[in-house]
Amino acid sequence: MSASPGPIRPAGRPEAPVGTAVHLATDKPASLTGARGLLQDERLIFELGGWDKTGVDMPEPDRGAEFDTSDLGGLVRVEPIGLPGLSEPETVRHYVRLSQKNHAIDLALYPLGSCTMKHNPRLNERMARLPGFADIHPLQPLSTVQGALELMDALSHWLVTLTGMTSVALSPKAGAHGELCGLLAIRAAHEARGDARRKVLVPTSAHGTNPATAAQVGYAVEEIAQTPDGRVDLKDLEAKLGPEVAAIMVTNPNTCGLFESEIVEIARLTHAAGAYFYCDGANFNAIVGRVRPGDLGVDAMHINLHKTFSTPHGGGGPGAGPVVLSAALAPFAPLPWVVHTEGGYGLREHEERGADCPQSFGRMCAFHGQMGMFVRAYAYMLSHGSDGLRQVSSDAVLNANYLKARLQDVMTPAFEGYCMHEALFDDRWLADTGVSTLDVAKAMIDEGFHPMTMYFPLVVHGAMLVEPTETESKAELDRFVEAMRALASAARAGDTERFKGAPFHAPLRRLDETAAARKPKLKWTAARS
Amino acid sequence: MRYLPLTEADRTDMLAAIGAPSIDALFDSVPREVLLTEPVDLPPHQGELAVERALSRLAGKNTSAGSVPFFCGAGAYRHHVPATVDHLIQRSEFLTSYTPYQPEITQGTLQAVFEFQTQVAALTGMEVANASMYDGSTAAAEAVLMAARITRRAKAVLSPGLHPHYADTISTLAHHAGIRTDPLPLSVDDEAAVLTHLDSDTACVVVQTPNLFGTATDVSKIAEAAHAAGALLIVVVTEAVSLGLLKSPGEMGADMVVGEGQSIGNGLNYGGPYVGLFATRDKYVRQMPGRVCGQTVDAAGARGFVLTLSTREQHIRRDKATSNICTNSGLCALAFTIHMSLLGQVGLQRLAKLNHQQARKLKAAVEGVAGVEVLTPRFFNEIAVRLPTAAGPLVDKLATSGLIAGVPVSRLAPMAGMDDVLLLAATETTPDEDIAALTAALKEAF
Repeated sequence: MSASPGPIRPAGRPEAPVGTAVHLATDKPASLTGARGLLQDERLIFELGGWDKTGVDMPEPDRGAEFDTSDLGGLVRVEPIGLPGLSEPETVRHYVRLSQKNHAIDLALYPLGSCTMKHNPRLNERMARLPGFADIHPLQPLSTVQGALELMDALSHWLVTLTGMTSVALSPKAGAHGELCGLLAIRAAHEARGDARRKVLVPTSAHGTNPATAAQVGYAVEEIAQTPDGRVDLKDLEAKLGPEVAAIMVTNPNTCGLFESEIVEIARLTHAAGAYFYCDGANFNAIVGRVRPGDLGVDAMHINLHKTFSTPHGGGGPGAGPVVLSAALAPFAPLPWVVHTEGGYGLREHEERGADCPQSFGRMCAFHGQMGMFVRAYAYMLSHGSDGLRQVSSDAVLNANYLKARLQDVMTPAFEGYCMHEALFDDRWLADTGVSTLDVAKAMIDEGFHPMTMYFPLVVHGAMLVEPTETESKAELDRFVEAMRALASAARAGDTERFKGAPFHAPLRRLDETAAARKPKLKWTAARS
Repeated sequence: MRYLPLTEADRTDMLAAIGAPSIDALFDSVPREVLLTEPVDLPPHQGELAVERALSRLAGKNTSAGSVPFFCGAGAYRHHVPATVDHLIQRSEFLTSYTPYQPEITQGTLQAVFEFQTQVAALTGMEVANASMYDGSTAAAEAVLMAARITRRAKAVLSPGLHPHYADTISTLAHHAGIRTDPLPLSVDDEAAVLTHLDSDTACVVVQTPNLFGTATDVSKIAEAAHAAGALLIVVVTEAVSLGLLKSPGEMGADMVVGEGQSIGNGLNYGGPYVGLFATRDKYVRQMPGRVCGQTVDAAGARGFVLTLSTREQHIRRDKATSNICTNSGLCALAFTIHMSLLGQVGLQRLAKLNHQQARKLKAAVEGVAGVEVLTPRFFNEIAVRLPTAAGPLVDKLATSGLIAGVPVSRLAPMAGMDDVLLLAATETTPDEDIAALTAALKEAF
């Protein structure tokens, strides 16, 4: 007699699951369609048809086919453009399917060191979409945008107060754009004294944008050595400072996750040599509300509103990189800026003879900066207040130290002592396992986490830079710790296939980046028939 | 505080695990004398309702474009963006993801970027496009630096119709790269002046079409002359919708096309965030700034997408990089891509026709006002008019009666001697009755 299938409903459906043990085999057959359950195999928009339709309803232009083009001067486009259009439901499905192939801070801890992947409050999104902010034109009369100018002025006040600086240039559109702003102001300040200097000093541990920016402003870049405890080597700095040095660019807290303890002395030496101190503010989240860069002797620092002040990263922008300036550099700030007028606010958009901006280095983008980011950042500031922002840095530093403490017996911290808001590990703990930092990163994907920043900073071998941020709960941190400890055990136990072949459970397996660069295919093209 | 998950009990437990007596102790590497002991002098935290009230009060002090007759353009254009676009870009997986450094778990972003690059190349008539720039003006500045790298020359000719903010942005960046930029005096027509200033030292010519005054230009002759002189032609497009109706810059011989993509998928936002378009020829791809997405395969042979050609970039090349650019304008580019995927060429062409049609009506209407002279010979959706009076004070005055009557040239170039020239744009969002309201107001003013 065969095994009873159990009670059966009249329609043929079993009352309870049957034979589950049989189906728990580990060898999964591939699906027949390329889909994997909820995850669809989605083609490119160009492969879905739609060459002769549109998903937007609009009125027919007058005179239909014989549309009058006499005012176009014969410049009419006649060939098909090559852009497919889809109906609204098809478009929604296409992009929702794509979205499901992304990791996001809303899904799990996203510990990318140096990137400050914190929660993005939805209130800020709602505020940025108010028609009074989203539907105003950058060149409409100033009397009709007084609220926008007031917001820019209030945001400036918060930034200047939090950093202890003199003024702020709001227009830079990203961190690297802010670096450019700072160095352009520094160059203008030197040139105003007739003291053209040629060199910028940058620590080996710096973000790549620092030397790239210095080069873009026409400076030669020289590297400053690092001490064994992960900080700027003062002796090396002192030896390299001289009449040719225009500025130093130092990240503080630095990219090793450490506060530059000698920073006041670094600033003093820099100023004594006639140079300016540019601080990369990427890591301001560690000290906001607790340390004011102005008190450290900083002359210019960009603030990534998309990091410390939580405007969303959006898969790679848009960001915003306002630059706070010391009294020495303030006169050289870029146009435009908000001014107080009788009974309201104005905008200084041009150099005017006899006005308050004869030394501005000019304009670095069209219009006035990333207003959408200003609204979000200001809403974030009001929500936290001065007490909440101080708690932000406290919890960010606490979370990082907690991860470091709970992982230091199975992974190898790069430096002794407490860290700031990010914990840096090297790859000594992987020695003799056959597993690399890259392999660990890819295995983390299978465990549901975005990898930490890898192989950066360059001064630490096989670097793994972990930044949890303050918006992670203890439960999520513990989940991460357990996952990392399990991976460390697996590596030590010789379970290398788990690492070398990873990821196994992501939408795709490891991608061939070498092939992509060797023969670049950068757009879709129709297959030859 | 609603955004901070840790409780006091959590903090105590965590400090015990760390072996630290207090959170203050974790800051022991900060010199005592610079460590603040109290919160800075700013207001304390507020609940969501209070913040919403504060921000709404500020927003209420602004006149939104949709609430009044409205005619501003000059590099930023008001178009209707379907609700679907904003819904999709607010999906958590798009909104709260980082630059796609781990391609296995960012295929959503990467595939959308690949679609964006394909759309921008098609729209501009070029062979290749990058993953976007901050905005049109910074894209234009990067294009000039790129042209200087390719030609090893150090002079850029900026055409007389180039948006003054673009010319200023280019000059700021070019100056320190040792590139001379001599902006030519503002003028409605570009061709003659550009051809005069082109010489064997010229790295590139930068021509905007439609230009600041709305003039659409056939740049073919400029392209020929530039190439004969060994220079490159950079075409700037600040109104992307125009490419639905006008001949593409690629067809007319451009070597690089840069532009502002705000018109597709993105609102006015008081000037930002916007999305810069950057397209060029295949042969120049390794000199291109910014992020680029390319197609490849995974270990199992499946198609996938990655960021590529990173050996041009700052995180690898540091001071030898093609640019210091690190991010693109990802979410704005996604909005562009989704809106464009809804439109398709059929919808884009119709949208472009509706824009041109409203601009023709606008032109006919203001031509009927005594003393008003239309200066723009060929146009898409924007025209320049000469008024019998200064444009700035008139626009300010009309604003007080609820009419936003365009952009005075003096707002952008106060020293140009064009105080009486006004720029007027019309799009599919400009109803006929608003054009009538503007005409009536102008008639009353003169």
